Amino acid sequence: MLIWGTATVLEVQSITTTYQGLIAISDVSIDVKQGEIVVVAGANGAGKSTLLKSISGMERPKSGSVSFEGSRIDGVAGHDITARGIAYVPENRRLFPRLSVRDNLMLGSYLHRKKADRDAPLQQVFELFPRLAERLDQRAETLSGGEQQMLAISRALMTRPKLLMLDEPSQGIMPKLVDEIFRAIVTIRALGLTILLVEQRLIESLEIADRAFILQTGRVVLAGTADEVGANPDIRRAYLGM
Amino acid sequence: MPCREHRLLRLRVKGLAQDNGLKTMTFQALAQIVVSGLLMGLIYALIAAGLSLIFGLMDVVNFAHGEFLMMAMYAMFGLVLALAVDPVLLMPIVAGLMFALGAIVYLGVVRHAMRAKVNAGMVQVFATFGLAIVLRGLAQLFFTPDFRSIPNTWLGGKTLNLGGIFLPWPQLFGGAVSIAAFVGLYLLISRTDFGRALAATREDAGAVALVGIDRNKVFTIGWGLGAGLVGLAGSVMAIFFYIHPDVGGPFALTAYVTVALGGFGSIFGALAAGVIIGLIEAITATILPTEMKSLGIYAAYLAVVFVRPRGLFGNI
Repeated sequence: MLIWGTATVLEVQSITTTYQGLIAISDVSIDVKQGEIVVVAGANGAGKSTLLKSISGMERPKSGSVSFEGSRIDGVAGHDITARGIAYVPENRRLFPRLSVRDNLMLGSYLHRKKADRDAPLQQVFELFPRLAERLDQRAETLSGGEQQMLAISRALMTRPKLLMLDEPSQGIMPKLVDEIFRAIVTIRALGLTILLVEQRLIESLEIADRAFILQTGRVVLAGTADEVGANPDIRRAYLGM
Repeated sequence: MPCREHRLLRLRVKGLAQDNGLKTMTFQALAQIVVSGLLMGLIYALIAAGLSLIFGLMDVVNFAHGEFLMMAMYAMFGLVLALAVDPVLLMPIVAGLMFALGAIVYLGVVRHAMRAKVNAGMVQVFATFGLAIVLRGLAQLFFTPDFRSIPNTWLGGKTLNLGGIFLPWPQLFGGAVSIAAFVGLYLLISRTDFGRALAATREDAGAVALVGIDRNKVFTIGWGLGAGLVGLAGSVMAIFFYIHPDVGGPFALTAYVTVALGGFGSIFGALAAGVIIGLIEAITATILPTEMKSLGIYAAYLAVVFVRPRGLFGNI
């Protein structure tokens, strides 16, 4: 796959983060370049979600550093990290369940008060997920799992991010919608965004990713281009059953 | 409540009722009870609005709410003394000062109490309860326990005679302020970005950072608004009620009942419940001896707790 740019947007350098007193990730380093889709894969409990939380400001790393566009963001408050251009869709989506789809989307553009800054991403979101446009007045909690995921991604896009981080967007969604969401990720990248994707579905992810990092019990055990990782014998044995 | 005009009215109503016997109570007397209850109810609703807003926003019950009311009344008293301007004109200043007090209380006390790692709920209760005691103590120290009142105001002691129904101007004004405040709140919540941020923070305070909202800022403004609303109520009450360090207690108690009756965290439930409580109190005060006038409120409250514990408009 094509590597779009060379500028490193996100650089995570040997971070260690504890969760409820236990080390969740240890000495993890990853980097994401401008315009890339980078996938972080691994089994349950490998520390994938903790890695995204450490970048988004929801968890604070005990050591190491996180840099976004050249400046340190570890220790910066979560809402400031959003304002700097990192949008994060957590595993459980964290929509505002009793608010309407419209309110959820408008909250995404909370930091952008100009009408044009709201209308443009809203148009993009409707093109990406037309079914959301039909459900604007429904409460978010009444949407199906797949639609909720679409809304969560859309709300993140409304913040006009440079980097979009997705935590297992395929989880708990019917297969037809999983394809739709993976296709949407490719489209979002084409709009000029950089994507950091955490997934358990390694095979589908490698099809759309440029590079991959494999986490195992809190450490990076393998890193490389999507092709390299896909060709690795250990990975083929573990994920493809070959 | 033992306010001056109110008591006069009640005597009048009682007189009418006794003259004719309760069965033949005139339409006028009945209308008097309903309108007096309604006006007091609107003021109760205004007192309860801030309590409800803060509870709905962050699940914290402000046990110093009555003391906020007391502070607002003293603020009005002090400003009238210092500036010799009518309370009606000073209301925005008192509300503004109370907004600042609310924000400072959140930033200085509640925010830290919420960080407690163990039993955060109890820590919050004791933090705001402790604050109530401190505020009362300070008021006694600096203002003395004397009862004060603001003499010679535009509205104080004046009544409007509406075809035989007597309406005290301070309560009429208070009712109007209350309605205006609720309309303002409604517009803020339903029409503005900040209102949407408030709603989102109520839903999931841990998730608002995902859209770039600083929840601490929302909480700070929420406390400011809550205290500002009780500041409006205190400004009105300072016109027709005695001011002393313990004045807030009974009103706060009524406000807790109002919030529970309306549904915890439902601001517009508090409006409906405040009016209902005002009416029940007015009716009870007519039928029963004055000392037992609160009986109706608490009986209604108990009935709601048994039949519909989440309150009339609660969605918990």
